[in-house]
Amino acid sequence: MAKDKLMDFDKALELYEPVLGFEVHVELNTESKMFSSSPNPAHPSQHDAEPNTLVAPVDMGLPGALPVVNEQAVRHSISLGLALGCSIAPSSRFARKNYFYPDLGKNYQISQYDEPIAFEGQVEVELEDGTLVQIPIERAHMEEDAGKLTHVGGATGRIQGAEYSLVDYNRAGVPLVEIVTKPIFGAEENAPKLAAAYVRAIRDIVIGLGISEARMERGNLRCDANVSLRPRGQEKLGTRTETKNVNSMRSVERAVRYEIQRQAAILAAGGTITQETRHWHEDTGTTSPGRPKSDADDYRYFPEPDLLPVAPAPELIEELRAALPEQPGARRRRLKSQWGFADIEFQGVVNGGVLNEVEATIAAGASPTAARKWWTGEITRIANAEGREASELVTPEAVAALQSLVDAGTLTDKLARQVLEGVIAGEGTPQEVVDARGLAVVSDDGALIAAIDEALAAQPDVLEKIRDGKVQAAGAVIGAVMKAMKGQADAARVRELVLERAGTA
Amino acid sequence: MTDLTQLSAAALADKLAAREVSSVEATQAHLDRIAAVDADIHAFLHVSDHALEVAADIDRRRASGEELSPVAGVPLAIKDVLVTTDMPSTSGSKILEGYLSPYDATVVARARAAGLVPLGKTNMDEFAMGSSTEHSAYGPTRNPWDLERIPGGSGGGSAAAVAAFEAPLALGSDTGGSIRQPAHVTGTVGLKPTYGAVSRYGAIALASSLDQVGPVTRTVLDSGLLHDVIGGHDPHDSTSLSHAWPSFAAAAREGATGAVLKGLKVGVIRELPDSGFQQGVSESFRAALATMEAQGAEIVEISAPHFEYGVAAYYLILPAEASSNLAKFDSVRFGMRVDVPGGTVEDVMARTRDAGFGEEVKRRIILGTYALSAGYYDAYYGSAQKVRTLIQRDFADAFAQVDVIATPSAPTTAFKLGEKIDDPLQMYLNDVTTIPANLAGVPGISIPSGLAAEDGLPVGIQFLAPAYEDARLYRVGAALEALLVDSWGGPLLDRAPVLGANGGAR
Amino acid sequence: MSEITPDLVRHLGVLARIQLSDQEVERLTGQLDVIVDNIAKVSEVATPDVPATSHPIALQNVFRPDVAGGQLTPAQVLQNAPDAADGRFRVTAILGEEQ
Repeated sequence: MAKDKLMDFDKALELYEPVLGFEVHVELNTESKMFSSSPNPAHPSQHDAEPNTLVAPVDMGLPGALPVVNEQAVRHSISLGLALGCSIAPSSRFARKNYFYPDLGKNYQISQYDEPIAFEGQVEVELEDGTLVQIPIERAHMEEDAGKLTHVGGATGRIQGAEYSLVDYNRAGVPLVEIVTKPIFGAEENAPKLAAAYVRAIRDIVIGLGISEARMERGNLRCDANVSLRPRGQEKLGTRTETKNVNSMRSVERAVRYEIQRQAAILAAGGTITQETRHWHEDTGTTSPGRPKSDADDYRYFPEPDLLPVAPAPELIEELRAALPEQPGARRRRLKSQWGFADIEFQGVVNGGVLNEVEATIAAGASPTAARKWWTGEITRIANAEGREASELVTPEAVAALQSLVDAGTLTDKLARQVLEGVIAGEGTPQEVVDARGLAVVSDDGALIAAIDEALAAQPDVLEKIRDGKVQAAGAVIGAVMKAMKGQADAARVRELVLERAGTA
Repeated sequence: MTDLTQLSAAALADKLAAREVSSVEATQAHLDRIAAVDADIHAFLHVSDHALEVAADIDRRRASGEELSPVAGVPLAIKDVLVTTDMPSTSGSKILEGYLSPYDATVVARARAAGLVPLGKTNMDEFAMGSSTEHSAYGPTRNPWDLERIPGGSGGGSAAAVAAFEAPLALGSDTGGSIRQPAHVTGTVGLKPTYGAVSRYGAIALASSLDQVGPVTRTVLDSGLLHDVIGGHDPHDSTSLSHAWPSFAAAAREGATGAVLKGLKVGVIRELPDSGFQQGVSESFRAALATMEAQGAEIVEISAPHFEYGVAAYYLILPAEASSNLAKFDSVRFGMRVDVPGGTVEDVMARTRDAGFGEEVKRRIILGTYALSAGYYDAYYGSAQKVRTLIQRDFADAFAQVDVIATPSAPTTAFKLGEKIDDPLQMYLNDVTTIPANLAGVPGISIPSGLAAEDGLPVGIQFLAPAYEDARLYRVGAALEALLVDSWGGPLLDRAPVLGANGGAR
Repeated sequence: MSEITPDLVRHLGVLARIQLSDQEVERLTGQLDVIVDNIAKVSEVATPDVPATSHPIALQNVFRPDVAGGQLTPAQVLQNAPDAADGRFRVTAILGEEQ
């Protein structure tokens, strides 16, 4: 397949106005599934389950099986709707979305069609530079997830060219809330960043509500990005494409940027955009067309006859509304003030996507400055290098423990970074890594003095120079001692001892 | 010793409780009967190979002094639409040949818990679509009254089994008359409960908003006994009612005294003129009404102006829901798979479904797919759901004036095998009297009203009651049954032809 | 209102994943036509002022508490599988994309 032509991003923005839309699927972390009592693989205790061990009759469409609605999933869906600023429908129904696919146990998905549980809301999203954008929400509705397909025999592990496929129905029936935005105008050159920021905002909301683990790498949070371009000055909206398989916030940003560039190149050459679903490829940083949907979108929706309407009592809605946690924007303002960070420092934390982690690290005992230093510094550096999320690498508790070892003088900053690597590699807690690798700073003055004496023996004129007022000469000795101690010495203490020796301390 | 197969379930239950007879004896007697006659009747698709073990266990428990349910030890036939863990469940279709469910339908679990002894799975129109059991992929069942005639459908197997004395009790399902119409053509009793009164969990779905499971028996009391076992709320079925039901066996016993008929208002529907039905059917119907009037019942003509739209609405709602319910049969997780060398899974699914489904099923799936497809929903499925509202209103208006509604259970007696099979529209009109109850969710019962003069074949009378008033049907049904059986000098089935090589005790 | 053509029937066959033979298409076209004409009669009474009833008995808010359990064993899940490998159901190559 020929490589897509891409127009330069800035040029594309000159000629065309990007219009965005997002469909985000959130897997709820209830104990049991949406319509069956099977354990839920999206619950943190179950994510390692073996295939087909979390399947109830209705999840795999066994003849005669019937769905029954999970009350907690409904409560969570209402809470999410409220957190999105939506109105909650006084009565809503489930509907069957009918299509055939091997990952569907029944060859229909129980979803909601023209009666979503929540509708008409907005989400405040903060960009890196602090600009606030209101994203209009069309609706949020309840549905069930499909099973998982593994394609075997092809070169890429994808459908094309696969010999056969294996089906695991564990995920079939996991409770989902699908959040659909209205078309988003005015993002302009911030469109890619806005996309990532929106997904982050949704993630913050669901984590704040405690209703989802929201780990994109595990599929708990999935985003489909819709992009269309409108020639400047034109009234009519352009044709949009929908890009799937964006498994991280970085991918969302890159995919949106790519689509803008790809579509611009086509339009500028006089071509037309095909309305289609595209697939994001993380390795090549490109999108490619998916197979055409053979059913031409005729899902033959009709109200689910096996289920009854959901009509939440006004008291329940108010109870859930009162239990909503602080809005992310308000929370950010509070934390910034509590921690006493400068704007740019706080922004660095938010943009690095480590706000929750910094907060938790401070709660575990570290100072705000130290927490920020670790998370936006070394941990993010390692995360970027490994292509993983910072939050996956190490826990806030471990970071706080690490910092307290530095504060106690057991470790220098440099040693602490080695310990951090050990913790990330899974070698244990910071203390365990220190002990196993023998990384503690030597605090025994005797050992230091012995090393100093050795170094002085090799450089006898240093003491003389120091007594003459050239204090910086101590540096050579300090360096030699640090080298001999393999860095496991507090350089400041070594300096003190050297100066004591010189009689000038 | 009396031939145990001739006993009603109630009489057999009494003997079992009194330890005059063992469950093993009773079960063996029915297995022998099946062996003697089922080659001709073909009511059973599968006969249990461990029924005697189950029966022996009941006998053991009883002997040890354990308190058992009133019907413990009585054999039971189960329509193959209900899934069972110990016997295959095919729903009369090739696409499910050999399918073994890992769970029991709720009604089956309750039957087992009550000590009923499953004898086997009975034949039916494929996926319960039909009124004659001719659409079974495993060959038709024959009416014990005339082996050249249909036993009704879709539950012809269960009705034939009890009519042929192969089982004293059977379970059936009714979506548009599939319990009541077979009862009518075989001279037996069948009841469709109020929608939601009996769990649908484990009943292979046809049309979710119309399906109900119910008893198929020879007497009203037997139906009540079985209904008491299977009914009640089931948390596995969201549409199941939490209502506190009275004992239906008690209602039947109460009704048999006849007192309920005095002052009972019985509605006859102007828009369903039985004058348009087979003459013998109409006559038997009128005679039954006269019997009731003689006991003080009042026959009232009522109007149900939207009932005539019932068949049309039904044949939009049912195929639509069925087309979705039957999508799960796709060769992936269970059932038939037709291999397509070099084909995609889509090819395998399409070939399997073409090979595994019969013509009537494919016809209804295609029709249902059409009724739901883009652009047609409002005109077809959506409109049909409005007719439902209108029919419910008709019933509400009617029941404001009368206690029960009476109709013949079907327009004709049992027709010959092959007579209507090529004319689906003709076949559909069999259900004109039974369909309204499914659309509205109200309960209905069919009991034998006599034989048609012109052909000597059984006729049934149907009673309908308001939702939740199933007990009223047991009372009224038992009352009329007592009068008619008395007037006949014995049950109607006494006049059925002798079956089986042993002739003898019928 | 009858618009049943062989092409439509073929399309419906695709939607319903049933591979219909030419004879089947022809037969169904004729039968559906007759039935659908008859059925269009419901629109005579199904006027805009009449609400639709999707459930015979009006219930709402039927829920189950969020308690896990009662799942099948993997052996039960696979006990009727036409083809399986590695504890999962096996199917031949898939044409369409996931939705």
